[in-house]
Amino acid sequence: MNWMEIKRMIIGGMKNFMRGGAVSVATVIIMTVTLAIIGSLIFLSALLSFTLNAIKDKVNVSVYFVTTASESDIFSVKDQLEKLPQVENITYTSSDDALANFRARHASDQLTLQALDELGGNPLDASLEVRAKDPSEYDSIVSFLEASPALSTGNSSIIDRINYTQNKDVIDRLSLAIKATREVGFAVVILFAIASILIAFATIRLVIYTAKDEIAVMRLVGASNIHIQGPFVVTGVITGIVAAVLVLLLLWPATWYVGTKTSEWFGGFNVASYYSGNFTFIFCILMLSGIMLGAVASVLAIRKYLKV
Amino acid sequence: MIYFDQVTKRYGNTTALEGITLSIAPKEFVTIVGHSGAGKTTLLKLLLAEESPTEGSVFFQSMNVNDLPNSALHHYRRKIGMVFQDFRLIPNKTAYENIAFAMEAAGRTDSEIASDVPHILALVNLTDKAVHFPDQLSGGEKQRVAIGRAIINQPELIIADEPTGNLDPINTYEVVEILKKINELGTTIVIATHNKGVVDAIDKRVITMDRGKLVRDDAEGKYVL
Repeated sequence: MNWMEIKRMIIGGMKNFMRGGAVSVATVIIMTVTLAIIGSLIFLSALLSFTLNAIKDKVNVSVYFVTTASESDIFSVKDQLEKLPQVENITYTSSDDALANFRARHASDQLTLQALDELGGNPLDASLEVRAKDPSEYDSIVSFLEASPALSTGNSSIIDRINYTQNKDVIDRLSLAIKATREVGFAVVILFAIASILIAFATIRLVIYTAKDEIAVMRLVGASNIHIQGPFVVTGVITGIVAAVLVLLLLWPATWYVGTKTSEWFGGFNVASYYSGNFTFIFCILMLSGIMLGAVASVLAIRKYLKV
Repeated sequence: MIYFDQVTKRYGNTTALEGITLSIAPKEFVTIVGHSGAGKTTLLKLLLAEESPTEGSVFFQSMNVNDLPNSALHHYRRKIGMVFQDFRLIPNKTAYENIAFAMEAAGRTDSEIASDVPHILALVNLTDKAVHFPDQLSGGEKQRVAIGRAIINQPELIIADEPTGNLDPINTYEVVEILKKINELGTTIVIATHNKGVVDAIDKRVITMDRGKLVRDDAEGKYVL
């Protein structure tokens, strides 16, 4: 294929699109709806990830140390834990910090503070707050802590308690819920994407069906398959590009409108900020989807009419 | 130039053509006549390789048309200009573009198209309708565009299936005159019609068909049915 033929295909495709009138408008609308669904799925997926991560971040295991444990022993435990691949991060809270935090938290509760003063000294333990990369990995972290002999001084363990056992059920259920939500969410995204792609395919097939007599004439005047297909593919690509641009434009006011609401509802996830922050990624996804949908659907739809 | 060798075409149990043998020499003007269902259109479709014969062979310039692979059909069809009763113009292309499309399909350059199409539009008296779309043209004008498209690549053969079937007498006369002129310039023409006036006006070889069989073949024949 030479430049002259490519130029003719592009011009032919543009003319088909411009002269298509209501058919072109209808195809662009269907394609816009399809790409809008794909765009929404990107936001939905991001929202889902954000929410699940937010929930995941709230889950941790606290390891409390006996009051006799020295800070160096605790740091040695911290170092060992940090070497575990399952561990995301560890925060150390000394018994003094724990006391200060307690006092701050109960600053308005004079009765509690009075009781604390009457106890004398600092009854609170130093602790390590361990956050795993995945909630399902807390089990192995706790097992490590319980099995490790290095965590003992003499015959007694320096660990007073781990708040895992009492939270285990909740953590396990949460892990399961996160996994299920991810899988269901992924399935829903795929299902909607396939449904919308099929609708776009059907529309383009219908458009090409209306041109089947025209295609037969082209064959009879001696046009090669590529010469016939080319302009239709270009028209499909133009339809995809126009639809993608429309969706990208419509997403600005739409995300701006719902942005503050999603921020309130989903603990800080603002779709408008996400859109502006990931515009290049969303632009590429929508533009490529539009172009691919238009081109592939046209090639597949026209194929059966080339056997004249 | 064209040779049908014992050609039979059946659609299921229906025999459209039976044992047709005929030959057409270069530069001939042949009219095929017959009632509806006589097999005229089937004969032309076989020549265009739109259909394949059930038995026998169709030759064009010593080449067996049925042996052509699908990928070579467009090269073969570029040697033939076609005119149909229902014009078969591309609806979203102007008169100019419909004619130019045949040249584009044949791989002609933009400068060749720019120089030849206006000349052909003038030949078929449509210079002033160059930018009109088919639905803005009368039946006669559409058929003249179709003839322009058929002759633009200077084919060796023009096939016309009932080219005057949808035209009034004045347009019919014009189309016949254009076809005669094209034939005088050396192009072979095969036309299927059941219009007696057209056959008599052409006054050339007439092949008469009836129920799929060739029943008469008269040089300078008249319409006899």
